[in-house]
Amino acid sequence: MGARFQPESIEKLAEAVSWAAAESIPIEILGRGSKRGLGRPAQTEYSLDLSALTGITLYEPDELILSARAGTSMAEIEAALAEQKQYLAFEPANYAPLLNGSAAGAAMSGSLGGTVSCNLAGPRRIKAGAARDHFLGLKGVSGRGEIFQAGGRVVKNVTGYDLMKLHAGAYGTLSALTDITVKVLPAPEKTRSVLLFGLDDAAAVTAMTRAMGSSHEVSAAAHLPAAIAKAFGSSYFPAESRSVTAIRVEGPGPSVSHRCAALRSELADLAESEELHSHNSLLLWAQVRDVMPFVSDAQEGKGEEIAVWRVSVPPARGADYVAALQEGLGDAAASLRYFFDWSGGLIWLALPEGADASYQPVRAALSGFGGHATLIRATAGLRSRVPVFQPLEPGIAALSGRVKSSFDPIGIMNTGRMYVGV
Amino acid sequence: MLMPDPDQAIIARKREIAARLREIVPGEGVIVEEDQLRVYESDGLTAYRQPPLIAVLPETTEQVSRILRFCQEAGVKVVPRGAGTSLSGGALPLADGIILGLGKFNRILEVDFDNRCAVVQPGVTNLGITKAVEDDGFYYAPDPSSQIACSIGGNVAENSGGVHCLKYGLTTNNLLGLEMVLIDGTVLRIGGKHLDSEGYDLLGLMTGSEGLLGVVTEVTVRLLKKPETARALLLGFSSSESAGELVAAIIAAGIIPGGMEMMDRLAIHAAEDFVHAGYPLDVEALLIVELDGPKAEVDYLMEKVSELADAKGAVTKRVSESEEERMNFWAGRKAAFPAVGRISPDYYCMDGTIPRNQLPHVLRRMREMSAHYGLGVANVFHAGDGNLHPLILYDANKEGELEKAEDFGSDILRLCVEVGGVLTGEHGVGVEKRDLMPEMFSEIDLKQQQRVKCAFDPDALLNPGKVFPRLHRCAELGRMHISRGQLPFPDLPRF
Repeated sequence: MGARFQPESIEKLAEAVSWAAAESIPIEILGRGSKRGLGRPAQTEYSLDLSALTGITLYEPDELILSARAGTSMAEIEAALAEQKQYLAFEPANYAPLLNGSAAGAAMSGSLGGTVSCNLAGPRRIKAGAARDHFLGLKGVSGRGEIFQAGGRVVKNVTGYDLMKLHAGAYGTLSALTDITVKVLPAPEKTRSVLLFGLDDAAAVTAMTRAMGSSHEVSAAAHLPAAIAKAFGSSYFPAESRSVTAIRVEGPGPSVSHRCAALRSELADLAESEELHSHNSLLLWAQVRDVMPFVSDAQEGKGEEIAVWRVSVPPARGADYVAALQEGLGDAAASLRYFFDWSGGLIWLALPEGADASYQPVRAALSGFGGHATLIRATAGLRSRVPVFQPLEPGIAALSGRVKSSFDPIGIMNTGRMYVGV
Repeated sequence: MLMPDPDQAIIARKREIAARLREIVPGEGVIVEEDQLRVYESDGLTAYRQPPLIAVLPETTEQVSRILRFCQEAGVKVVPRGAGTSLSGGALPLADGIILGLGKFNRILEVDFDNRCAVVQPGVTNLGITKAVEDDGFYYAPDPSSQIACSIGGNVAENSGGVHCLKYGLTTNNLLGLEMVLIDGTVLRIGGKHLDSEGYDLLGLMTGSEGLLGVVTEVTVRLLKKPETARALLLGFSSSESAGELVAAIIAAGIIPGGMEMMDRLAIHAAEDFVHAGYPLDVEALLIVELDGPKAEVDYLMEKVSELADAKGAVTKRVSESEEERMNFWAGRKAAFPAVGRISPDYYCMDGTIPRNQLPHVLRRMREMSAHYGLGVANVFHAGDGNLHPLILYDANKEGELEKAEDFGSDILRLCVEVGGVLTGEHGVGVEKRDLMPEMFSEIDLKQQQRVKCAFDPDALLNPGKVFPRLHRCAELGRMHISRGQLPFPDLPRF
């Protein structure tokens, strides 16, 4: 790794990018570095560190908007919001412990720029959307070295193309973002979770589907098979080894208790249930959000590295996907660990890294369902060998290449982070 | 409104082009007769009219693909059209271009309650989706006021909103997948029944792209369970300031209502005269606050909002005690546009968004402009999200009034941008606001957006003349002026 530039203004950033463009020198775009281990590894001599571009520049709680420089830490943003009893409804995950180890990761907080660039979202994705859905405006420097902006600072706006969506999940391959405006919302007054015990995967997906199809405004639904539930090692799960299916409701106090009771009665034919209140409910969902069940796996250091996959499928097909994957893995299925979020639509997989993180069976099992699999955690060597992101259909790949060139004609901005050449 | 000069060579080839299109879409799907083309001469923005060269009404994705490929090869411009309800002239035809009508794509292909989604063709109406699933207790959330007529394909193109979008989002927040065709005929499938995209979020980019990037041939939408209950408050205020204060107080109390609509005095009177909803006539501002969700929650929050309304000095207050009463509260608001149409020969509907706290200032400035132009203005306002719909009253038969109304409208939109807002909240830029784009974006911003268009449509054949005030050639946009020089090392901290 060579020189790292840390511009202190958007103008200096534009100068640096213009220089790299003029010299055709590829650069790695960094926020606070907490997700540097996500995506194909950068092989660049230079990196652009945006962590000096910090600070909340506009926060109007009544208008439900917040603007900040891209390098502002999520910890700072979340603290400012909490003071006004507001939050980012997409429940951004913190992958720092998963990607960097629990000790190092605990001290890290990603940046707002990194959060939207990776389009992060937590368990509330199924109700409130992902970072993309809350991203209202941007300013940044394109791969042409030009300072541009898009969107605005109001929650309802259709003026011009939605370049925010395009940058959400682009992993910095189009532009280096410097200023970001997001929609914020009042945080719910209360949170509670209904826990169902002992369901197998298929029955759990049925239970979650039924809960999501109710009018109780469920804000999260996850299923933890027995082995995973046990690994939570928490005070709030029963000691015996049973699976746990968790369904969350949020809102004003009287509404939450009413809806929990209604859900328990409507799911009573499937399993016995309990309720998890405020603090423990928050704790449970933070662990699901940050993939904590696999943080310890990733660090056991048994001499074997663990690969962690994030798989998105139609929610009602979650259990079918896992069954298909187990069949595809054959004997290797014995070492597969997994759990479900997003009512079955998001499946976290942990597998021994091996030679190729089993990328072929992981993706082959998607056929017939539709969806995609992303290798979230693996050693750098492996991430440069196997396709980290779901390979694109040829037509989409060609169009994506043209879109990339429209911002970054020379191909210097985080090029190859997602796909070779993009 | 100045459109690009028609290409006379293309117009001269009308017969030949029609013959080629008939090879793709046989029978009555290719329309060339002038009297029949008049149907397509304008959309919901009726001030602008232009019959197209030819209208084509394909029935299959394959036909759409072949039509577009032919048009690219022949250099023929294409204006896609759904139900033609655009209020910004998004589907205004070109004299040297074809209208590609998607009206025959009118089937609901699949309803999947387990995955809470429906796969539909783009010509299905917005309300048609809800009608197909409501017996099972589901609905499609975005509800533009034209929902009975507007098509879902058009909703995708315009990223349509509605009165419930503060809580439930715009079209873009309620889509899962698309099938679309590029100008070179390539058919692409984006997304599906799962969440988020692999690669770039092309679904998000397509939504609200106003027919300039591709033609949508299939849409997968998210379905939601209908809220258990909904109740509304009808509140009158002696000033728009105090109504605005209540809106801020409701949000500060952590409450996001399903709908929050404001009307000013002129709009209240027009609506009441028309539908007799029982609106108070001695108030300056009327606010409808609707809460929806689980019954226990709605009842609880109703109390809170009611207390806040008292504290903010509501001079009249009614709480809906039945579904009938709630619908009655809405009747006036929903009829506000036609109601204003009764008191003026013509009206021009604007669509800016402002930071909500700027409302009193914006209303005051609008009154001044109204006096300056000598034209009345009625206001309806999606109060929760700051989306303002001023209705400018004019008479098209009076010499110069349309131009005056347009100038008035442009001044309002400039004002919206000046106070930190935007040109359009939900109606789109189209031809209407095209020339105002530089008020909001720099030349660099607009060129970057056009480069994105070039990635989809290198010859600028899809809906040209819309959105961008000046069309640059893609070759020119792609050029980069590289000035080689030393990286200013001393100025860049490095470590």
